Amino acid sequence: MSDQAEIWARLARLTPARIGLGRAGSGQTTRSVLGFGLAHAQARDAVHTPMDAEAIRAGIEALGLSTLAAASRAEDRATYLRRPDLGRSLARTSRDALAAAAGETHDLALVVADGLSARAIHENAVPFLEAFRPRADEAGWRLAPVVVATQARVALGDAVGEALRARAVAVLIGERPGLSSPDSLGIYLTFGPRPGRSDAERNCISNVRAAGLAPDKAAFRLAWLLDQALARGLTGVHLKDESDRVLEAPDRPAALPQG
Amino acid sequence: MAYRHVVGPRTWAFADLASLMAKATPPRSGDRLAGIAAESAEESWAARWCLAEVPLKEILARPLIPYEADAVTRLILDTHDAAAFAEIGHLTVGDFREFLLMASPEALTGIAPAVTPEIAAAVSKIMRNQDLILVARKCRVVTKFRNTIGLPGTLAVRLQPNHPTDDPAGITAAILDGLSYGCGDAVIGINPASDSVQALGDLLHLLDELIQRHAIPTQSCVLTHVTTTLEAMGRGLPVDLVFQSIAGTEAANASFGVTLDLLEEAHDAMRALKRGTLGDNGMYFETGQGSCLSANAHHGIDQQTLEARAYAVARPFRPLLVNTVVGFIGPEYLYDGKEIIRAGLEDHFCGKLMGVPLGVDVCYTNHAEADQDDMDTLLTLLGAAGCTYIMGVPGADDVMLNYQSTAFHDSLYLREVLGLKRAPEFEAWLHAIGLTDGAGTLLTGAQNRLLADAPELAA
Repeated sequence: MSDQAEIWARLARLTPARIGLGRAGSGQTTRSVLGFGLAHAQARDAVHTPMDAEAIRAGIEALGLSTLAAASRAEDRATYLRRPDLGRSLARTSRDALAAAAGETHDLALVVADGLSARAIHENAVPFLEAFRPRADEAGWRLAPVVVATQARVALGDAVGEALRARAVAVLIGERPGLSSPDSLGIYLTFGPRPGRSDAERNCISNVRAAGLAPDKAAFRLAWLLDQALARGLTGVHLKDESDRVLEAPDRPAALPQG
Repeated sequence: MAYRHVVGPRTWAFADLASLMAKATPPRSGDRLAGIAAESAEESWAARWCLAEVPLKEILARPLIPYEADAVTRLILDTHDAAAFAEIGHLTVGDFREFLLMASPEALTGIAPAVTPEIAAAVSKIMRNQDLILVARKCRVVTKFRNTIGLPGTLAVRLQPNHPTDDPAGITAAILDGLSYGCGDAVIGINPASDSVQALGDLLHLLDELIQRHAIPTQSCVLTHVTTTLEAMGRGLPVDLVFQSIAGTEAANASFGVTLDLLEEAHDAMRALKRGTLGDNGMYFETGQGSCLSANAHHGIDQQTLEARAYAVARPFRPLLVNTVVGFIGPEYLYDGKEIIRAGLEDHFCGKLMGVPLGVDVCYTNHAEADQDDMDTLLTLLGAAGCTYIMGVPGADDVMLNYQSTAFHDSLYLREVLGLKRAPEFEAWLHAIGLTDGAGTLLTGAQNRLLADAPELAA
């Protein structure tokens, strides 16, 4: 038996899946039942904890980027969860405020959106922007003020990008939390943002978090995709993310993210 | 034609059959999102009274989506068994409910080809949960590939060993874990993270070798788009089951990149490989309420009726397995545990009544108002209803698809509480390798021969 227990312990290291849990008769052990319940509680809290938009804006402004606040037409979390259409649409006051602040055209509008995990934003949005900003400066891209949006779905970025007269929009959004990943940030890039864009017209970088894709690497990917998008005038299924090849190519060490 | 029902001083009117069926549907968020749900509780029950008086013949005569406009409607009507319909054609929806409660298993088998999805959905709307369980339990749908699925008193399990990066060692470890709990008779089925044919080939070989090495009487599947599986079959890769997600309208299927002709082509290719030893039920379909609305292809029809139409898409291909992934789609379609439980029972009932081998992925996401207690409830109800199979996911946590389903342990629980057996060939194999006793109960402390694979994996 102890041989077998040792084998299961080794097998469990091969996958993040919950294997080798053992059993108590036909049920799970107390340890695995309570472990699951705690993980579910954390994921639930990630969905229902409101985003601290003021703290996020302060963190972003400390990077030297200006910010604007916005809200979707979903007034609260219960409405947000039942009505994805409202979460994709800008509240009138936000639309007017963004239009008034738009100014000249921009290459990229960045939107920080609570989505389904405020925790993902609290933990990952500022570190990502800190990693991305030098790449944007180096490329000479004109950035619109960073919009911090509440009760927002990915497609809200289409309305924001259009209002800010941006050539492309990148939405940093809290992903649907998994049981083992309540803190995962997704980044959706859309060229030519305007309401009505489909998901097939976006590129996605997912699982941005400490235990997943590190901010530096995610920033490199977004910069690579944006560079391609602006040059080719498109995003989506016809723009394959080949940034891995650049990252992995041994003869191009300069492209590796620093640190 | 408008439908009317009088309740005291008030007359409720319903513009057409689609509207009547939508308003008669037990409440759920997806129909509200579509703007077709009843606007009050009384309206919903008035609609159920009204629907109960509609003759089955009338439902057959009034397709919810016109014959000319939709390939699924054409399939439903072109394959309808008029002779079998003679048995029930004189009934109203309300009479039909009572007919079902009293019918024998043989009678239910006889009328299955006469039951259109609209008829199944209509009667389900006036049935309570206990009715859905009682009738489904009497339906017999038995299918075969390398074992026999769906015999009375059995429950099968799909072993779902997903891994976030398709790592072969990690996937193998999860398969050995699941087999050690006596799971995997329905299929060992991987949702791959990658959709390349190369990655698909690696996984197909992994499954094929493992099944052969241990002589497991089961079948494998890598759940990828049917066109990719066709390409894999063309390259001579070891494909057992052909998978595809399907929905209840031509337009929704088009959004999945699927046509009926494409499914026919895949079905033919699967049969030509002759890899089933006991039978040639080699198709595996997944469905779920809300997929048509999500694809903007719902034609103003309620999501439960559209889901039943997906079973009509599956039916002519004689699948081994069909399952509704009932809580995966999210709270905008099924808001909470109550809605998910109701939908799971409806889907299972409609599928079985239509003669389709329905299993259920008893599941939810973290933004739905549901938890593992709700899943225990639905799981137990489905066990009582004779559900064909459920999922077995390590610890109920799918680390690739990020949702919660049922654990390997959950099938052990259901077997102990309800006395359910595995597919007989698989049950015999578990006993032969010394993992279970003669009654199919897992032995404690048994030497696990499957772990002979393990040292090289975890060296």
